[in-house]
Amino acid sequence: MEQTLEQEKNLSAPPPSRKMAGMQESEKAKPHSRIEQDRPVIRVQDYNFFYGTAQTLFNVNLTMFENKVTAIIGPSGCGKSTLLRNINRMNDLVDGISHKGDILIHGQSIYDPHLEVTELRKRIGMVFQKSNPFPKTIYENVVYSLRVAGINNRSVLDEAVESSLKAAALWDEVKDRLEDSALGLSGGQMQRLCIARAIANRPEILLMDEPCSALDPIATAKIEELIYQLKKDFTIVIVTHNMQQAARVSDFTAFFYMGKLIEIDETKKIFMSPSIKQTEEYITGRFG
Amino acid sequence: MATTAEKSKPFFTKNTKSHGEPFVWFTGMGLALGVLMIVSLLALIFVKGLQVFWPAKVAVYTLSETSDARIGSSEVLAGYKVMKQEKPVRDLNAADDHDHTELQLFIGNKEIYGQSFKFVDVADIESSSYPRELIRIERQEYGDAIGEARGLRFESGEYVPATHPEFRQRLHELVKEAAQRWQKIKKIEKGDIGVINRKMEKIRLKKKMLLNSGESFDSPRIEDLDDKTARLQRQYEILAAEAGVLRHHQTQDFLEYQAYTGEKKSLASGGIVDFYYPNQVSLFERAGLFLHRMGTFLTGEPREANTEGGVFPAIFGTFVMTVMMSAAVTPFGVLAAIYLREYAKQGLMVRAVRIAVNNLAGVPSIVFGVFGVGFFVYFVGASIDQLFFKDTLPTPTFGTGGILWASLTLALLTVPVVIVATEEALAAVPRGMREGSLACGASKWETIARIVLPASAPGILTGLILAMARGASEVAPLMLVGVVKLAPSLPIDGIAPFFHLERKFMHLGFHIYDLGFQSPDSEAAKPMVFATTLLLITLVVVLNLGAIFIREKLRKKYATGAF
Repeated sequence: MEQTLEQEKNLSAPPPSRKMAGMQESEKAKPHSRIEQDRPVIRVQDYNFFYGTAQTLFNVNLTMFENKVTAIIGPSGCGKSTLLRNINRMNDLVDGISHKGDILIHGQSIYDPHLEVTELRKRIGMVFQKSNPFPKTIYENVVYSLRVAGINNRSVLDEAVESSLKAAALWDEVKDRLEDSALGLSGGQMQRLCIARAIANRPEILLMDEPCSALDPIATAKIEELIYQLKKDFTIVIVTHNMQQAARVSDFTAFFYMGKLIEIDETKKIFMSPSIKQTEEYITGRFG
Repeated sequence: MATTAEKSKPFFTKNTKSHGEPFVWFTGMGLALGVLMIVSLLALIFVKGLQVFWPAKVAVYTLSETSDARIGSSEVLAGYKVMKQEKPVRDLNAADDHDHTELQLFIGNKEIYGQSFKFVDVADIESSSYPRELIRIERQEYGDAIGEARGLRFESGEYVPATHPEFRQRLHELVKEAAQRWQKIKKIEKGDIGVINRKMEKIRLKKKMLLNSGESFDSPRIEDLDDKTARLQRQYEILAAEAGVLRHHQTQDFLEYQAYTGEKKSLASGGIVDFYYPNQVSLFERAGLFLHRMGTFLTGEPREANTEGGVFPAIFGTFVMTVMMSAAVTPFGVLAAIYLREYAKQGLMVRAVRIAVNNLAGVPSIVFGVFGVGFFVYFVGASIDQLFFKDTLPTPTFGTGGILWASLTLALLTVPVVIVATEEALAAVPRGMREGSLACGASKWETIARIVLPASAPGILTGLILAMARGASEVAPLMLVGVVKLAPSLPIDGIAPFFHLERKFMHLGFHIYDLGFQSPDSEAAKPMVFATTLLLITLVVVLNLGAIFIREKLRKKYATGAF
């Protein structure tokens, strides 16, 4: 990791000046209007990311707010998933990665050397593009993060299963077969199970990486409805290819292109009157 | 608008030469050849192996005067046909229509004839008959006897002739009594006297230790030990006398019989294992006898340089060794594979290690045996003896071949199989599943232990199955690290500490080698070779089926069909 000592010192300090080299692209992104009233949760600062020598993110600066849904859109390969997977440091698994800049959660750097990455991930739930239930029972799938956290008290677990499955709108469908294998569920049910699993340990943030891309329209509608419900309790970041979905579920939308953040603003504004032409062209389907 | 020229041109050209896919036949032939070879090998072993137990009818052949198969001046020979074959050397003087085949007969009565098998020219056989009174006696020594019973001579002087209606009943009782007495003798000699011997050995070692530490010969502690030894010695003498009496009884009642070649014999009841009349049992009884003989083979102990009796100690030794080997190789191989696949940085070094592991599977097994002797027996075993069994030295305890060292040597031999299979199984666990676990806040190890290992358990078991199949049928290294022709006791028994890992053991694979190539009478041992081979194959199949059963259960549980 190419983190400098100076950056580490700035962990809890206010975000450093944005006037740094290579800022042209993000300067184009207009400051959003309502932002200052909301509590910021995730702050990405001058973030650059590399797979080996290939840079995939260029000087990204953005803020995500509490109990809001932030959608990240952009054409394939624009770096939106990379950013998402860096928020809980999922990319650590990949060999040869490096970064510059920082990602702060509540003002604390996720790259703090004193931070256990497992602790970070316990506070951040994640839902993947492909549903990935474990080959265990439905019950054990949901309580997995609790078990990992060392909670084995049956009543606590039962409580968590019921509340998470209810929150994931799956309870009524599976409450009578909690001890069945999770692999017997339908695709949409599996994805909702993964959402239940991601929220079972009450994280603050929920990352969703194209959660509906493998689902049929009915299952998609259910999950979108779910996202709307979940934002009362969680700060949600969702990566999506589906423009309508972004428009439907998100409060803020960030548009990425070629590893650069082009524009971020309230969803309404992005879709009604984007201030940058590239965004408008992408949204209207003229490129991308 | 299509022109006429375009119309006349066909959409596709018809292939008039050949149809279908010729390589189906070519590739199919490869499989067919392989299957044919395996099936014929198994069929041979199966048929020959089971024939051993079939109580065939025994014929009495009348031989022509010129036959060189005649024994003494007798013109008859009793025996059953083992096989019929073309004579290896043709009689040049014989006419063209002369029968050039010969029979191999099992004639028994080894102490009379000097051999149990005889080749007889078919042309020399004048007639054959199946006398109903023919009796086949399985004996403790000299193999089977074939002849006609004359009578029973009891210790009391009573004589029951074979024509007496109660003769068979009495003989049966006699054999049963003798078998019970053998049981009692065995219990006394192996059980009770064994216990006393162990106690005495303990006292001897204690005494040696005390003397070594400077205790004088007349100290009270030494005297106490001497007293104890004397008491045990008295107990031993009582038991030995008891066994002596029983042994004496085994030699007091006699069965008198006469071979068809005329020799009269009398056999003490203790020498009879079993008897039957092969020419007068019904098919149903014959099947019963077949099963009975098979049961004796499976559960009995070997006699007469292993050519007679059962192979239970060998079955047991093979089984225990295979299980111990599996218990050793699984954790070892799985841990190594986890490191290689999950933790090690994939680079030149790991690739080199992987190649080395794969090549290890190609090292001749005898090399592993040599390594086992050098490392396990002479180094580890001798060190253990130095540390824990110093009193018994120079007699080695672990410093000699034993079932533990044999299992560990075979575990080394089979560890590449387990590593390769486990690595493949680990690699097959979808990345999404690992990420899902990590995203829940699990550490790498928690992910491996809770998600990856259970999901790859079926694949790991496949590796174990292959390892067991390889290990159970391996012989060469075992000959160096603990297999023996005849083990006095089993590696697991009812005497504390129950598991005797230092003991030498018998093994079916070695048993086959020993019977076939080291036996004094290779003809007599031939059927046993087939039977033992059949048994070894069956044992490996049974062990594998057990592992496959577990694997299928795990597969159902951890099915990853969703990916």
